[in-house]
Amino acid sequence: MGFWRNQLSGPTDPAADAAWDRREPRKGFFTDTSICIGCKACEVACKEWNHVPEDGLDLLNQSYDNTGALGASTWRHVAFVEQSSERIEQARESGRRLVQLGMPSVRTAPEPPLMGGGVTTTDPAVPDLRWLMASDVCKHCTHAACLDVCPTGSLFRTEFGTVVVQDDVCNGCGYCVAACPFGVIERRSGHEGHEKGARSHGISIKGSGGSGDTSRGSHQNPPSHAETNGEVKNVGIAQKCTLCYDRLGAGQTPACAQACPTTSIKFGDLDEMRATARARVAELHELGYPEARLYGVDEHDGVGGTGSTFLLLDEPEVYGLPPDPRVTTADLPDMFRKAGYAGLTMLGLAAAAFVGRRR
Amino acid sequence: MQDLSNADCIVIQGSNMAECHPVAYQWVTEARLKGAKVIHIDPRFTRTSATADKHIPIRAGSDVVLLGALIKFILDNELYFKEYVVAYTNAATLVNEDFQDTEDLDGLFSGYDDELGSYAPDTWAYASSDGEGDESPGTIGGPAAGHEHGQSQSERSAGDQHGSGGPALEHARVLRDETLQDPNTVFQILKRHYARYTPEMVADTCGINVDDFNYLAKAVTENSGRERTTAFVYAVGWTQHTLGAQFIRTAAIVQLLLGNMGRPGGGIMALRGHASIQGSTDIPTLYNILPGYLAMPVAGLHDTWEDYVGAIGNKEQKGFWANADTYAVSLLKAWWGKAATAENDWRFDYLPRLSGAHGTYQTTMAMLDGEVEGYFLLGQNPAVGSAHGRMQRQAMAKLKWLVVRDFNMIESATFWKDGPEIASGELTTEGIETEVFFLPAAAHTEKSGSFTQTQRMLQWHHQAVQPPGDCQSELQFFFELGRRVRELLADSTDERDRPLLDLTWDYPADENGDPDAEAVLAEINGRHLTGDKAGQPLSAYTEMKADGSTDGGCWIYTGVYADGVNHAADRKPGQEQDLTALEWGWAWPANRRILYNRASADPEGKPWSERKKYIWWDEEQGRWTGHDVPDFVPDKAPSYRPEPGTGGAAGLAGDDPFVMQADGKGWLFAPKGMLDGPLPTHYEPQESPVRNPLYAQQSNPARKVFPRKDNLWSPSGDEPGADVYPFVFTTYRLTEHHTAGGMSRWLPYLSELQPEFFCEVSPELAAERGLENGGWATIVSGRAAIEARVMVTERMTPLVIRGRTIHQVGLPYHWGVGGNAVVSGDAANDLLGVALDPNVQIQESKAGSCDIVPGRRPTGEALLRLVAEYQSRAGSTVMTGNELRTGHPESTPDTRGG
Repeated sequence: MGFWRNQLSGPTDPAADAAWDRREPRKGFFTDTSICIGCKACEVACKEWNHVPEDGLDLLNQSYDNTGALGASTWRHVAFVEQSSERIEQARESGRRLVQLGMPSVRTAPEPPLMGGGVTTTDPAVPDLRWLMASDVCKHCTHAACLDVCPTGSLFRTEFGTVVVQDDVCNGCGYCVAACPFGVIERRSGHEGHEKGARSHGISIKGSGGSGDTSRGSHQNPPSHAETNGEVKNVGIAQKCTLCYDRLGAGQTPACAQACPTTSIKFGDLDEMRATARARVAELHELGYPEARLYGVDEHDGVGGTGSTFLLLDEPEVYGLPPDPRVTTADLPDMFRKAGYAGLTMLGLAAAAFVGRRR
Repeated sequence: MQDLSNADCIVIQGSNMAECHPVAYQWVTEARLKGAKVIHIDPRFTRTSATADKHIPIRAGSDVVLLGALIKFILDNELYFKEYVVAYTNAATLVNEDFQDTEDLDGLFSGYDDELGSYAPDTWAYASSDGEGDESPGTIGGPAAGHEHGQSQSERSAGDQHGSGGPALEHARVLRDETLQDPNTVFQILKRHYARYTPEMVADTCGINVDDFNYLAKAVTENSGRERTTAFVYAVGWTQHTLGAQFIRTAAIVQLLLGNMGRPGGGIMALRGHASIQGSTDIPTLYNILPGYLAMPVAGLHDTWEDYVGAIGNKEQKGFWANADTYAVSLLKAWWGKAATAENDWRFDYLPRLSGAHGTYQTTMAMLDGEVEGYFLLGQNPAVGSAHGRMQRQAMAKLKWLVVRDFNMIESATFWKDGPEIASGELTTEGIETEVFFLPAAAHTEKSGSFTQTQRMLQWHHQAVQPPGDCQSELQFFFELGRRVRELLADSTDERDRPLLDLTWDYPADENGDPDAEAVLAEINGRHLTGDKAGQPLSAYTEMKADGSTDGGCWIYTGVYADGVNHAADRKPGQEQDLTALEWGWAWPANRRILYNRASADPEGKPWSERKKYIWWDEEQGRWTGHDVPDFVPDKAPSYRPEPGTGGAAGLAGDDPFVMQADGKGWLFAPKGMLDGPLPTHYEPQESPVRNPLYAQQSNPARKVFPRKDNLWSPSGDEPGADVYPFVFTTYRLTEHHTAGGMSRWLPYLSELQPEFFCEVSPELAAERGLENGGWATIVSGRAAIEARVMVTERMTPLVIRGRTIHQVGLPYHWGVGGNAVVSGDAANDLLGVALDPNVQIQESKAGSCDIVPGRRPTGEALLRLVAEYQSRAGSTVMTGNELRTGHPESTPDTRGG
């Protein structure tokens, strides 16, 4: 029963469940947002390697984030969140509560401060301001809703335990889009096109037409650079991070992790990633940052834990992440059970009716 | 660079390292993970601040006050590293009694010349042991003969020569008082000079509160000494000021006092531009120096070979610059080969002679005056990237021809049809006679060669693919250009063509028929020309000779091709070697990673501490040894003392670690070499809403100004009209774009990340001016008006300066007006005027005055009227801001052009 239960929720080895016999250790990311410098090299490296098209040239007025969200043409997204001291204090408070719930402990007695004279530089005082940066990506869930609902088998579980779309199988039905609890997967919109300018490094969907005011300011000359846009493919097809399936197959690190200059994005065997994440959060607690917490490591959460682990410095919602993601299939046993009870009840009633009739 | 990870504290000031040098920033991250404290001092809270322990906002251009107060804090609290300071710096050295400080002369040092607007530096010299110096400034102590006037030095940006060591002194017979008590010691002069740089002065000038100052002072001093080291990191936030070189000098004083120079995790890391700005000063693309920081000869000053050699390195001075003749002869041999002989002074007469300042801005103004016919732009987009974009574009419109070699049709190639002056009607396409040639350039993956990064490390890049179409590398282009010019001149009998015709221009072809880049590296490295080793590469610059038996294109690079191996291509992974990683790339000089690393050991040659062990004297072997290539004569014992008067490397005592300095010491006080004073002192930027709180003298009295109608300044301080431009603006870069955009605004992947020009303002300024996040703003300076989208952010902090709130406006400068890029927009650099640092002629682009109002700017003629209306309201004239000596209108240089 346990095995079958874990096909739908809870801890399991997804590659084994997918019946891979020649298996690799499950691979994943650990994104340590505490050392992210928001350079967006991950976004660019991802697009370069995977030929993901440009995703619009609009200024979003959201701090330094002009990417907005993950989507069909954005497989890595760096969020920028500016916070004042009040919000930082709240983050610390919510962190302390999590610690009380059993996360690694915060030190109780502060270390003797390095500095004298009333000024201390060891105890991290709540600053007036902080600027959170975090690189988001597909979670490669243990129980992946996108995969579960896919009617064509386009989405599949790889030998690395990751979830990948087969572009040539997908029929663009979009079930996965509604099913993903993180809003990661999306169908690519726009028009297919082919590269004309030989020297173009990039490809574009939305930017090529320009948008809004084009008289001055940005993208004022749409035709000339439309000509230099590269190939846009897979329009209408569901698209998302493949955890660089092609690179993994060649023993390489995914492009985003390879490009990350500060090792904020780490890649490796998921067990190691989770262990590193736990050690890092404990270290930050030790240093007096109770706001540090992990996201995606709980195998008993609504998606059975994720292949992409994150160290966050505030509540997940602050970064645009759902606090309690839940795979739709996790409710299947319950639904079956209820349906079963209902059926049994009806059968019982029906039987009772027959029994009653005999009387 | 990786040595930053050894630091216990890192102060990043004048740099936004995480955004502008994100790859190098990994070592700061590493240091922080190891427990180092990281402090970011910057007008803005940036991505660097976000990952630092503390951000301290500062008013742009006030850094000398903060660092000067740090010096005072160190001296007052006796927190300097005494043994280091006495033994390794010039703290104990006596200065000439004629020296007068800015504290005595209300903001001027002795020797200021009102006529020339610059200093005669002879009174700054060391006192001399033969007792003559004090009375007769014609001899060694204060040798006017050996002291070129600041005016003439500034004309040739003489400061650039010090890229690999200090200036020549006439001798090393200095007087020292190691008790540091003599009032004429550098130490006592320093104490007096910084006496008024108090934390309160910092609060009133920089806008930094006393608590934040104490935090910084304690963090830096507690993390310095025998056991710990602090590193400073800066970039163009320090250099691009009319006082830029002195900002760095102030940090040098702090680091010398704390004993952080030449030691692991210490030093001052200059973050130079990528990919090879360091390389382009080592082997310069500058008008004023020759490869290896040899001076460009000056007409009238270096007319003969003897004059020149005597000036670049005197045999009586200590250290390796005393051998400058061997470097110069080897260079001339590399260029002119057999044609260069002892009889013809190695063809010294073939070198051009400087007749004045020919920096980029002087050249631009000469174009406006019709004195320049043609211009090559190579990887440069002055229409967007240089100060005073309007002046740049109008100047290029006066050229006969312009060659643009770039990846894309940048704004400097298209200004004649779609530049802002076409839109405003100031220029018409028909009226511009400039013939523009666009030549496509090969990218770094399409050519082999080396980059020299900020740590002086050469790293080779191999060609991956052939350049497409007509794209060419610089090497191909210039080799071919030289070949064709020489062909055209082949039959010439004109003497002036001899330098070109006698050039060695014979690089072998690689498999694609292009000149072989490695052969160029071999030429730069140098060879033995005679004897048994003839033809073999030199292995160190110490092998260079002044008798014509060696050649070498850049002495500091000698060794990169030792034994015929391209060491720039050394690429042993970091995991397979120690942190110093001597087998990754090759750093000049001699593959040394930390300069002056003899200072990492005490005078007896023992490490200052086990924790900070780096280079030490191995008594048994009789050699210096350690984790790096020792920056010292390898077998010179710590106890060695030269005969008095010995010059050159032999004149260095066993405890003189600063081997490129003429006296072997680190200079707290610069007796020579700085044109605007031997000690850094605070002056306000050329344009500033604040009055200099220290002196009547408002701005650097030796700065270079250009009084012209097209280069007007806003009134400063309490001058009438200063309130017309009440805010400070500062320009900078973002991670997502590369400088003027030629390498990023044509790429959709980068353009989408920062698609539009924006300005950063605080919520307070937004409220005061009615600016809305995401809306438009017009920013007006004395030169131009531009528009930008508004980003309202608490990352911008209003500062309180003497009770008055000063707002700063942040302007990334990547965008330009043109029709060819994926994204475009107004150029922030259009707001800037041209005023220069006297030492190196760099423009002040990090601090200016502006106004900001909501809404888009007008277009066409109305735009010009707006700028003129502001100028008129402020009462700006060509005199405004151009009085070199405040209160002395006669000190304004003659107006020219405009």
